[in-house]
Amino acid sequence: MLSRVADSLYWMSRYLERAEHTARLIDTDLQLRLDQSPEAGRERSSRLLESLQAVVPGGPEADISALAHTLTFDRTHPSSIVSCVASARENLRHVREQCSSVMWEQLNRLYLHVVGGPPEADWTTHFHTFYRSVQDGSSLFHGIADSTMSHGEGWYYIQLGRYVERTDALAALISTQFHRRPHALDHPVESEEYLEWVALLRSCAAFEAYCKRYTAEMRPLRVAEFLLLNQEFPHSVRFSVDMVHAALRAIGELTERKAEQPVRLAGRLRATLSFSQIDEVVANGAVAYLDSIRWQCSQAHAAIHQIYFDYPVETAMVS
Amino acid sequence: MAALPASIQILTRPPFLRYEFGEAYDEMFESPGTPRPHYQALYRTLLELPAEELRKSQQAADLSFLHQGITFTVYGNAQGTERVFPNDLLPRIMAGDEWRKIEKGLTQRITALNLFLQDIYHQGRILADGVVPRELVYSCRHFRREMRGLNVPRGVYVSVCGTDLVRLPNGEFAVLEDNLRVPSGVSYMLANRKVLKRVFPKLFRDYGVWPVEHYTQALLTTLRAMAPVNCSGRHEPTVVLLTPGVFNSAYFEHTFLAQQMGIELVEGRDLLVHDNIVYMRTTAGLRRVDVIYRRVDDDFVDPLCFRKDSNLGVPGLFNAYRAGNVTLSNAIGTGVADDKAMYAYVPAIIRYYLQEDPVLANVDTYLLTDRSQQQFVLEHLDELVVKAVGESGGYGMLIGPHSTAEQREEFRQRILAEPRNYIAQPTLSLSRGPCFLDGDVQARHVDLRPYILYGENVTLVPGGLTRVALRRGSLVVNSSQGGGSKDTWVLRA
Repeated sequence: MLSRVADSLYWMSRYLERAEHTARLIDTDLQLRLDQSPEAGRERSSRLLESLQAVVPGGPEADISALAHTLTFDRTHPSSIVSCVASARENLRHVREQCSSVMWEQLNRLYLHVVGGPPEADWTTHFHTFYRSVQDGSSLFHGIADSTMSHGEGWYYIQLGRYVERTDALAALISTQFHRRPHALDHPVESEEYLEWVALLRSCAAFEAYCKRYTAEMRPLRVAEFLLLNQEFPHSVRFSVDMVHAALRAIGELTERKAEQPVRLAGRLRATLSFSQIDEVVANGAVAYLDSIRWQCSQAHAAIHQIYFDYPVETAMVS
Repeated sequence: MAALPASIQILTRPPFLRYEFGEAYDEMFESPGTPRPHYQALYRTLLELPAEELRKSQQAADLSFLHQGITFTVYGNAQGTERVFPNDLLPRIMAGDEWRKIEKGLTQRITALNLFLQDIYHQGRILADGVVPRELVYSCRHFRREMRGLNVPRGVYVSVCGTDLVRLPNGEFAVLEDNLRVPSGVSYMLANRKVLKRVFPKLFRDYGVWPVEHYTQALLTTLRAMAPVNCSGRHEPTVVLLTPGVFNSAYFEHTFLAQQMGIELVEGRDLLVHDNIVYMRTTAGLRRVDVIYRRVDDDFVDPLCFRKDSNLGVPGLFNAYRAGNVTLSNAIGTGVADDKAMYAYVPAIIRYYLQEDPVLANVDTYLLTDRSQQQFVLEHLDELVVKAVGESGGYGMLIGPHSTAEQREEFRQRILAEPRNYIAQPTLSLSRGPCFLDGDVQARHVDLRPYILYGENVTLVPGGLTRVALRRGSLVVNSSQGGGSKDTWVLRA
């Protein structure tokens, strides 16, 4: 597979994941505000921006509907949903012959949907429908990819991009919560704090899965354990890292470059998460732990770039 | 009520109320109200079909083109550079014997033009014999002296050709233009067919139409047949399609063809040359390339040889080509044979190499380097079409009857300054065929671009791209100038 093609598939997938994640976060945030006092709004906005690592004009002081509008429809804002979907589509357009035509059509449809702007003037009252359609559009794309594209090298780059992005985004999101509530307690919480932890779960599409595992009793330590270390839930950090590692191993086999650096870096990260204990993580500082995960993740990203996408010609001629 | 001009007659049954007749040959009707035999079934279908249904089909087709991203890029349009290439729902239908003649004529033409290219880049017999003037060849902007003495595989310079045909008022087809460099549009032929089979399934089956879907396979076979002398693959050569990139107006087509052939779509930056061997950069390391189906113009192929400022090409590619380690298809320097002034000599070229008369006629062409012809043209600028010899896509043209005095004066100055750079032709009345526009069936001017492949032997896919001038009365069919396209049905019978 051409290096440029692998690069585009990887970034396409990262952008799409980012769009989906942003849509879910804003959706959850807007719903949570309905249950909260208006005074809590400023704090919510600053959390939202922090967890998305986004900066907007006016900052957290800005009116929430203006803020949501910027993060959703502003083409000039690099991390708005529309910008992410447009970048994903642009990347796929560069390599559209590599994927099935139905995949391209789906992403193009999603693009045409979001680029059209707010469906109606008072869209904030019906925001849920819109954000849901973005998440559905992304899910549909991956579903189509899984069932119409060969699960070969190209498909693994899509997986890789998706889960590298997810690892990073989840770590940033969870870190924001721990920044404000460093002492995750092992007993049920109530009222405001209860809402916060539920919102965190919902931002990871994890509320129902959490209830199945631990019942509806909201214990912060359990939430942390579930989102960080659960092996089975697709929006946990551990699951995402497992997928990154699996994709890199498959790519290593397919390109006959087994012992390369990206696999080792991902393997180390995977081992860290596999053998961590949640009480130790919290006792030693969850924020630092999450920072380390994000740092290792960015190292793996750099290694992927260097080994597969942009290697020097001299080294390739020698081998 | 104003009297209608005598040349225009209107049918009285919907949806034909706005169907006009003129001097042009009508593809559908022998005379107003009497369809030609091979159009009868379509005519009956259109009379029976509610206009609403056709309109719905048209909307569905447009939407499907938009969703698939079957678009072309409009240069110099900052906002939304992609536009859907307009597709017309009604097929252009051709009888089998009409097609057979075209096939024969185009096979003859591509054979002769390849022999011509082989000759002028080697001994130059045709120049020594005085059939084609030497200065015409050497003054052509697309003549590449770098190609002198280079032997291309099978002696085939032009493997992929798209020739523009028009039908004259007498019903005969004539060649308007040979496109021997990087002809485009074949993906629209395939996309149109896919849509029409959905819109008129029964009509399509009953008509017995030759399929076109095997074009991509035929193209791949042709490209493989062009493998270089020093081919790496013991079993099969590695073929790639070289595109200028996503901003090129035909990018959709490049992706489509690469996908349908199952070959890599590469950009210049994906390739590199080491020791005169071309490699592509893959995730598993470097991989050797044998045949490049290049959709990049000569000028941009190799910055070391041609335009230095090009970053679409690959440095060192031309040397690898000369060394026989890679094939470029089409070859470099084929533009000398589709120069619009050279066009006038094609009938002579056919007679010279094949000792046959041309099957398909040329359109009369005035060469402005000739004193008396130039004088005639300057006196009749308001009746003629003037074209720049090296341009394509409908750019750099003067259509006499539709021009202003200033435009004519401008072209007069240009012709006097650079007579070699222009030719003139009579304003042709292209044939007209039915199109579905604004809920009615209306007549619009059409041409035909069949695609010819030449590897081990010559292959034509029956039909081609029928281009339509969608504006009423317009003669310009180019997509950049308000043209559209429609499916072409060649009947087996």
